[in-house]
Amino acid sequence: MNSATGNLANKIKTSLGRRRFLQASAAAGGGLMINFSWGVAPTGAGDAAAGMVPDQPFELNAYLLIASSGEITAMVPNPEFGQNLMTSMPMILAEELDADWQSITAKQANYDARAYERQFTGGSQSIRRAWQSLRMAGASARHMLIQAAAQQWQVPASEIIAKNSTLTHTKNDKQSSYGAMAAAASQMPTPDEVSLKDKSSFELIGKSRHNQEGQKIVTGQPLFGIDYQAEGMKIAMIEHPPAFGQTVESANLDEIKKMPGIVDAFIFESISPEQQKNYFDTNAFPRLIAIVGEKTWQVMKAKKALKPQWKNLPSRTETMNAFGREVSVTTPGGLENTTDHRKKMDQALAGELNTLREDGDVISAFDSAATVIERTYRSPYLAHNTLEPMNFFAQINGDGVHVAGPLQAPVFIQDTLASRLGIAKKKIHIEFTRMGGGFGRRAYSHYLVEAAVIAKQVKAPVKLIYSREDDMTMGIYRPSYTVRIKAALDKDKKLVAYQVKGGGLSEHCVHENRFPAGAVDNYLAEAKAIDSNITTGAFRAPRSNFMASAEQSFLDELAEAAGVDPIDFRLALLDRAKNNPVGDNNDYDPARYAGVLKLVREKSGWDAMPGTTHKGVAAYFCHNSYAAQVITVKQGEGEPKVDKVYSALDCGIVVNKDSAINMVEGAVIDGIGNALFGEMTFTDGVPDKKNFDRYRIIRINEIPDNIDVHFVENSIDPTGLGEPPFPPVFPALANALYQLLGERQYLQPYAKRHQAS
Amino acid sequence: MPTYTVTINRQQRNIEADADTPLLWVLRDELQLVGTKFGCGIAQCGACTVHVNGSAVRSCSFPISAIGESKVTTIEGLSEDGDHPVQQAWLEHDVAQCGYCQAGQIMSAAALLAQNANPDDAAINNAMSGNICRCGTYGRIKSAIKTAAKS
Repeated sequence: MNSATGNLANKIKTSLGRRRFLQASAAAGGGLMINFSWGVAPTGAGDAAAGMVPDQPFELNAYLLIASSGEITAMVPNPEFGQNLMTSMPMILAEELDADWQSITAKQANYDARAYERQFTGGSQSIRRAWQSLRMAGASARHMLIQAAAQQWQVPASEIIAKNSTLTHTKNDKQSSYGAMAAAASQMPTPDEVSLKDKSSFELIGKSRHNQEGQKIVTGQPLFGIDYQAEGMKIAMIEHPPAFGQTVESANLDEIKKMPGIVDAFIFESISPEQQKNYFDTNAFPRLIAIVGEKTWQVMKAKKALKPQWKNLPSRTETMNAFGREVSVTTPGGLENTTDHRKKMDQALAGELNTLREDGDVISAFDSAATVIERTYRSPYLAHNTLEPMNFFAQINGDGVHVAGPLQAPVFIQDTLASRLGIAKKKIHIEFTRMGGGFGRRAYSHYLVEAAVIAKQVKAPVKLIYSREDDMTMGIYRPSYTVRIKAALDKDKKLVAYQVKGGGLSEHCVHENRFPAGAVDNYLAEAKAIDSNITTGAFRAPRSNFMASAEQSFLDELAEAAGVDPIDFRLALLDRAKNNPVGDNNDYDPARYAGVLKLVREKSGWDAMPGTTHKGVAAYFCHNSYAAQVITVKQGEGEPKVDKVYSALDCGIVVNKDSAINMVEGAVIDGIGNALFGEMTFTDGVPDKKNFDRYRIIRINEIPDNIDVHFVENSIDPTGLGEPPFPPVFPALANALYQLLGERQYLQPYAKRHQAS
Repeated sequence: MPTYTVTINRQQRNIEADADTPLLWVLRDELQLVGTKFGCGIAQCGACTVHVNGSAVRSCSFPISAIGESKVTTIEGLSEDGDHPVQQAWLEHDVAQCGYCQAGQIMSAAALLAQNANPDDAAINNAMSGNICRCGTYGRIKSAIKTAAKS
């Protein structure tokens, strides 16, 4: 149904009091321009009162333009790094607008400081809110087009049908394209409230549409930061100390400056020591050597000719502004070894820990239990290894700066840059480029500041490029974690106590209110982080990416001890959490959690698999979505090989089906690769791997024969998909490897075949 | 600095560069052909793959002085309008996520199909295992190669 009245359900407001989320105007050349607030539209009548909307005027930071030619432009304010929002976001607009998909073009917006501050007020709700604001904008434009047609044709609006960018009044034989009606629509009053479609009547959302950027990608167009060009631009590279815990003392800069094509070489600081750090300013090497030249190869050769002197840093404590809260961060001195870390973690877990949650009494339960099992799981550091190395362009313009390149968290780096250059925030212009991978690494965009400081020093536009070695050895790595879990079964093989202790360098990975919290009477979650000078940070599904491994491998072992099928074992616990939950602060929905397990059981044919199949299962909840994986393995040439993977996801409504499947397939392959091979180690502070010759990345010959992706069908507003499928891949693989090898997997990467600890 | 005359995408270009300058940086810095990507600099990731006389070559480790009379083709010269069967198959299967590695993947795949019109899985694995995709689009790469082989 596509009429103005047919099958329409919930209404959405376009303003709250004097604050408008949407404004319509005439576009140049007779089109309709809808400016709207991306990510801050009210999700319903009650939300504003709940304090979710900041008490200030909104920036109308996104737009939808319907030109008189019928061409529709949708501006996408978020940077793209492969999640395909340049396609899925316009799909949401087009759905509510009933637009011809062929006429829609997505356009990447640049960074708008004021607009983005608003956007971050949404926090983890940003996806849902983008969903609502896009629907609001599309529905409003459609409403105004219909109103204009009704006035022009002198017919009731309710009799006009809007479909495929065409307005039709059948009775009077009237028809108009959106483009032809756009100018008239721009003169209509902006609606205070519009009706959104009933989700069951979606015609575009849930279908598959090709990547809007596909043609540019396959023809090698300059989309990425590293492709950036500007008049008079120089190339810059940096050299950082080889070991974490060191800094730059001096270098043979005079010699370097005399090399062919070299413009300048100097030592600089990307963050001055007295400057307050922001949350994403994690950086082990604020003091660096810069080499600037005309051509990349000349700069690379000069970099090789460097003879720097390094010195070891003492221990230091700094304050950091963590989302408005001042926190103290201690960076120990010394050159660290991965081999020592294990001992430190064990000592920490044996000592006093921070209690995060306690239900019942685990100690008494362990004392009276029939069976007690305790296991320790360990993870290595991981490098993100985005295929496009870190890079950024910078140009100083008078009292302002223009920067362009790949980054994930612009709002924080803007403060750091303003403070470092001593310029006003509004004088910073950030241009987004498509990112050649992110995985969390580009949330820490110190390289943007480095580029700007270098550009200022050499008084020329500069493109800073990291070598692969710089990128890999100057990482903000996935932390190294240790998780110890102890559980008790009673004489009926029922789980009666569960204790999880999490440690990590430099953060732990315990989410105390997640499953199996709520499903066990006696539950204790404790944690402790250890300081380290090796920088760590967000990596695809932070913390979840290892806790899933520990917890879901452990549950598999418990199920075996209980003599119960591993899916049945989990379902029984989820049943308990649903019907008779322990505590009232469990942050998952047991029914949706069980839903993905049931779906993966059905689609994989779990129960009918022959006994000779080596299979493993795992499920996890993070980023508001539920994921379950079944993996089968077989013996390959020398190494075990993943045979088949079955994925079941509940991320609410799927916007672009094939793109979502692609995302899940990618997460599965990334998960298998990191589970089997991913590892960074350190010797006397020096990263032991510097490039892809030693850092093993999964390749085409190592992927499963088949990845079968399924989504739970429901009408829940969409939630995350880039991260949730990733964590359960690791334990599903570990559990399958146990079936094949007869050994439980306690240490990642699994291909190393560590002995159990 | 020595001067070289090289044939790139069917055009003769005069290049002034040090003899050891990798073809990658000649393409990117001198000719603004930036579709060929920098990934590792040691021929381990395949992002810089181009064709030299029709064979897939890692341009990051191929010095300008070694080109001689050879003909170089980059992603920009693979077809007139992106209509090479491999490019078309890439679009049909919506292979790309971030897209950074895909020019190199396409060049490796096109070289494979030029030499083996109907590659089996083993041949595909063999030809493509030098190309890393961090987003994990390998399954679609395989499917796209098989589609391109049919056309």
